[in-house]
Amino acid sequence: MTKVTYTDAQGQQHVLDVSAGTSIMAAAVTHGIDGIVGECGGNLMCATCHVYVDPRDADRLPEMSDDEEAMLEDAVAEHRPTSRLSCQLVMSDDLEEIHVEMPSEQL
Amino acid sequence: MTAGIIIVGAGQAGHALASTLRRRGYADPITLVGDEEALPYQRPPLSKACLIDDGAVSVALGPAEYYETHDVTVLRGKTVIRVNAGEQRVELCSGEALPYQHLVLATGSVPRKLAIEGVDLDGVHMLRTLEHSSAIREGTQNADRIAVIGAGFIGLEVAAAARQAGTAVTVVEAQTAVMPRVVSQPMAHHFADRHSREGVEFVFEDVAERLVGENGRVVAIETRSGRRIDADVVVIGVGVEPRCELAVQAGLDVDNGVVVDHRLLTSDPHISAIGDCASFPSPWGAGRVRLESVQNAVDQAACVASRLLGDDGPYEAVPWFWTDQYDLKLKIAGDISGHDETIVVETGRPDSFSVYCFADGVFLGAESLNQVPEHMAVRRILKQKTALSADQVRDPEFSPKAHARAEAPA
Repeated sequence: MTKVTYTDAQGQQHVLDVSAGTSIMAAAVTHGIDGIVGECGGNLMCATCHVYVDPRDADRLPEMSDDEEAMLEDAVAEHRPTSRLSCQLVMSDDLEEIHVEMPSEQL
Repeated sequence: MTAGIIIVGAGQAGHALASTLRRRGYADPITLVGDEEALPYQRPPLSKACLIDDGAVSVALGPAEYYETHDVTVLRGKTVIRVNAGEQRVELCSGEALPYQHLVLATGSVPRKLAIEGVDLDGVHMLRTLEHSSAIREGTQNADRIAVIGAGFIGLEVAAAARQAGTAVTVVEAQTAVMPRVVSQPMAHHFADRHSREGVEFVFEDVAERLVGENGRVVAIETRSGRRIDADVVVIGVGVEPRCELAVQAGLDVDNGVVVDHRLLTSDPHISAIGDCASFPSPWGAGRVRLESVQNAVDQAACVASRLLGDDGPYEAVPWFWTDQYDLKLKIAGDISGHDETIVVETGRPDSFSVYCFADGVFLGAESLNQVPEHMAVRRILKQKTALSADQVRDPEFSPKAHARAEAPA
């Protein structure tokens, strides 16, 4: 289990315990967290699950693929060095805790 | 407070409209009416991951609590039987009548039925719902051999899943190639070749004429040319038809889909239509178009949500599609139907190339196999309406990414 803290654009926080093998996007969608859409269901087709990862957590995450980088360039919200697609952030038991910030718009 | 919005159809488009409206602050009632018992779910995995492993993906678009906390009323297993457009109310199968301020038809499509003998036999499937997908998975995994009628996206995705489960597969297709009309010839060749190498047997230019049964269960297909194809399971994937019954009943214009204008309004100013069922004026070509895709469902929902919140604008999103078969991930940007010229751009990697499609020299879009960055660049080129000629694509130095950037508006 990884404790994931989602902070939305208004500063409101949601905390979920996410099991290993589940992505931050999938957990958000199945819990109805508004700031993540996940339109394509995790197929690297849409960039609607864009999040900003706390820089302290960045190096403990799966590496970014060229495909993810390409999708992020097309995200609606500002592209920052901490940008990731949360469908690619699959949790593992090594990761105890992580903080992500959600942009104000995904679509 | 007004009577609010009633959305008929609880698929991807209906869910997207309800959730987009709430996310953007719409405060009046929203009612989502769906004829399935399940809460809204995604359909793309039904013909992909769900056929391989039941537990592999969660297809729900939101948890049950989502609809409660966001004040969206979901009426499950309910059918709207009548629209009273004059009084702005719908009548449900259960006898209730619900008033609306605005009605949105997101009724989707249904698999086209084959009018041949034997389609009601056990072991004969079509694919649209979660239940269909489960039935096909179980049927396929317990079968020695299956036959698929139609080599479109659905038929080939089913074929790929069945081969991955070790089941023998024969695909019958009336045309001369796979995915006719939806992909270019070079791409169709590549996919057909891969399926053949995976052991799929193709029967082209032939049509299923009769399904043969024994004790109520399908055992074979008989084709027009007299061929008999033995099969324990038959999956029919010959396209879909838009669900327009309600629109017809309501007196709306219907022509291969519910006719809407460039803002997705029907011929009644209080009724919109979105998703698979909507026939809209093509923003990138002549005539009307009806698209069956997640992108179209979600982007049309967003367009209608904006209008209902007072921000009116035309629908002009760039269409995109995808299919996954084995490890081949094909992404298509643009409406490439009607192309008369193709240019293949190789990447040098196996199973990875693009096909740029033109009609009368005008760039329509491109197919990208196993290469997301190129696909995204093409989407940007189309969105910006950046001109792209066949000669530019033929240039060995051509890079869609650089082209999109160079021509990007400042």
